[in-house]
Amino acid sequence: MDKYPNEQYLLRQELNMGKYQDEQHLRRQLMLDKLFRLVTRGFAFLVLALLVGIMLSLLVGAMPSIQTYGWHFLASSDWDPVGGKFGALVPIYGTLVTSFIALLIGVPASFGIALFLTELCPVWLKRPLGIAVELLAGIPSIIYGMWGLFVFAPFFGEHIQPWLIDHVGEWPLIGFLFQGAPMGIGMFTAGLILAIMIIPFIASVMRDVFEVVPTMLKESAYGLGSTTWEVVRYVVLPYTKTGVVGGVMLGLGRALGETMAVTFVIGNSSNFATGLFEPGNSIASSLANEFAEANGKLYLASLIELGLILFFITFIVLACSKLLLLRLKKQEGKPT
Amino acid sequence: MTTHTPKLQVNNLNFYYGNFHALKGINLQIPAKKVTAFIGPSGCGKSTLLRTFNRMFELYPGMRAEGEIMLEGDNILSHGVDVNLLRAKVGMVFQKPTPFPMSIYDNVTFGVKLYEKLSRSEMDDRVEWALKKAALWEEVKNKLKQSGNSLSGGQQQRLCIARAVASKPEVLLLDEPTSALDPISTAHIEELINELKEDYTIAIVTHNMQQAARVSDYTAYMYLGELVEVGETDRIFTAPKQKATEDYITGKFG
Repeated sequence: MDKYPNEQYLLRQELNMGKYQDEQHLRRQLMLDKLFRLVTRGFAFLVLALLVGIMLSLLVGAMPSIQTYGWHFLASSDWDPVGGKFGALVPIYGTLVTSFIALLIGVPASFGIALFLTELCPVWLKRPLGIAVELLAGIPSIIYGMWGLFVFAPFFGEHIQPWLIDHVGEWPLIGFLFQGAPMGIGMFTAGLILAIMIIPFIASVMRDVFEVVPTMLKESAYGLGSTTWEVVRYVVLPYTKTGVVGGVMLGLGRALGETMAVTFVIGNSSNFATGLFEPGNSIASSLANEFAEANGKLYLASLIELGLILFFITFIVLACSKLLLLRLKKQEGKPT
Repeated sequence: MTTHTPKLQVNNLNFYYGNFHALKGINLQIPAKKVTAFIGPSGCGKSTLLRTFNRMFELYPGMRAEGEIMLEGDNILSHGVDVNLLRAKVGMVFQKPTPFPMSIYDNVTFGVKLYEKLSRSEMDDRVEWALKKAALWEEVKNKLKQSGNSLSGGQQQRLCIARAVASKPEVLLLDEPTSALDPISTAHIEELINELKEDYTIAIVTHNMQQAARVSDYTAYMYLGELVEVGETDRIFTAPKQKATEDYITGKFG
């Protein structure tokens, strides 16, 4: 009994000597470790610095407009570069409405795609379909814009819009959204194109998170007699909610900031109109359209303030998604 | 083995994973309100056999079963059978605890809600009943609203048993239910199996021969997709008829 600890001690000594004979080597390793930590921390803080920097430069650039209009800038629909009057209501409304339409169409479609790919699709179809979705994500936005303007808009204006205006336009409450002239282009078309653009993003994120749900968890739900829908609704979705909301946010982020495709089909009008078939404007597309010709300090500052607003909208959207996740978490029962 | 009425009767069952012949001509009776254990080395097909009893294999392409499995006179492998209804009748518990991402209460009511319309108080009673059956009630009665994931591994597994029991199935399939648990939790679950067999027909797959000896009334030894020997547990462990069974049980093989 006496010998035992002694022996162990000796053994440890021997190991230490063998491994860390070289004191210098050890010190160098510690140094490298420290350096590595510093470098990674540096990169992480770089992100923060960039964020603050962009926010500050936008704020400074927008100052003249902020000082001139104050909060009124948000509520005014005047956008008259010649007369020197600026208000952001039209582009804000256009951005929100087109993104909302995009989500309204895109999220259910993506959910269906992801669900089919993970739960219902025959094996031989899985890969081709998955690749098709990813390819769709890789198409440059200007192609979507051109397709929207030259192919979809004429077809939509000629065949679908008149019917919608005649029928849905008469409905109470939501009818006013579907009134206007059947021009093909407008906010609804922009939203639809956006939906097509964000579907591959949301669908592939959803598919990836659906795929990590443990087989045994799904089998447990099937084992109680659940249908596929019940398994997805009560087990898969709650299990993957963080990822699903993340995917939707990714899509929404893209929809809010998408410039080229929207510019092609939204109509670029700075008159305020509530109807979805009316031409409108979004923040990103008015920036793209007008920066080149923005002469005058106030004009430029107003455009920069638009950018700042887009920044804040994204920020608010992200905050809302976090709140949503917190609420969902509460439903699941307390963690401890 | 025929002294009791069989709950499940397996007749000439063959099972294929694609081209692989995983179960070869299985004939077997599982008596009602008894525990039947399936033992055998890994890959012998015992889990596969268990998963034919609730047609779980159908979730995956390329798998098919041929033959008959009679559950109280009806062939559950025939096409007309409602698989979801079958699974409500034949509950299953898996190797690892699989609490759903919801509260303890909702976990237990999950299967019940699918097939029964109960009032709030009836549901409360059912939850208490199931959790008592699973010997978990005392530990969780004050935290039913908490997440099922907040429990320990052994508690989670008992929650899964409560969840399976709550919808009052006729048969309970246990697929290595204690393989991820510590000895104390294992002892809890084994005790539980002993109590549950008063009301349920239980089929358990286990890698642990002592466990089979402790909890089961009948034991079936399987090897390479074939049923080598089946009989009363006492006899299988003391006087096996087949040499292969004896070798496996005495540890010469496997």
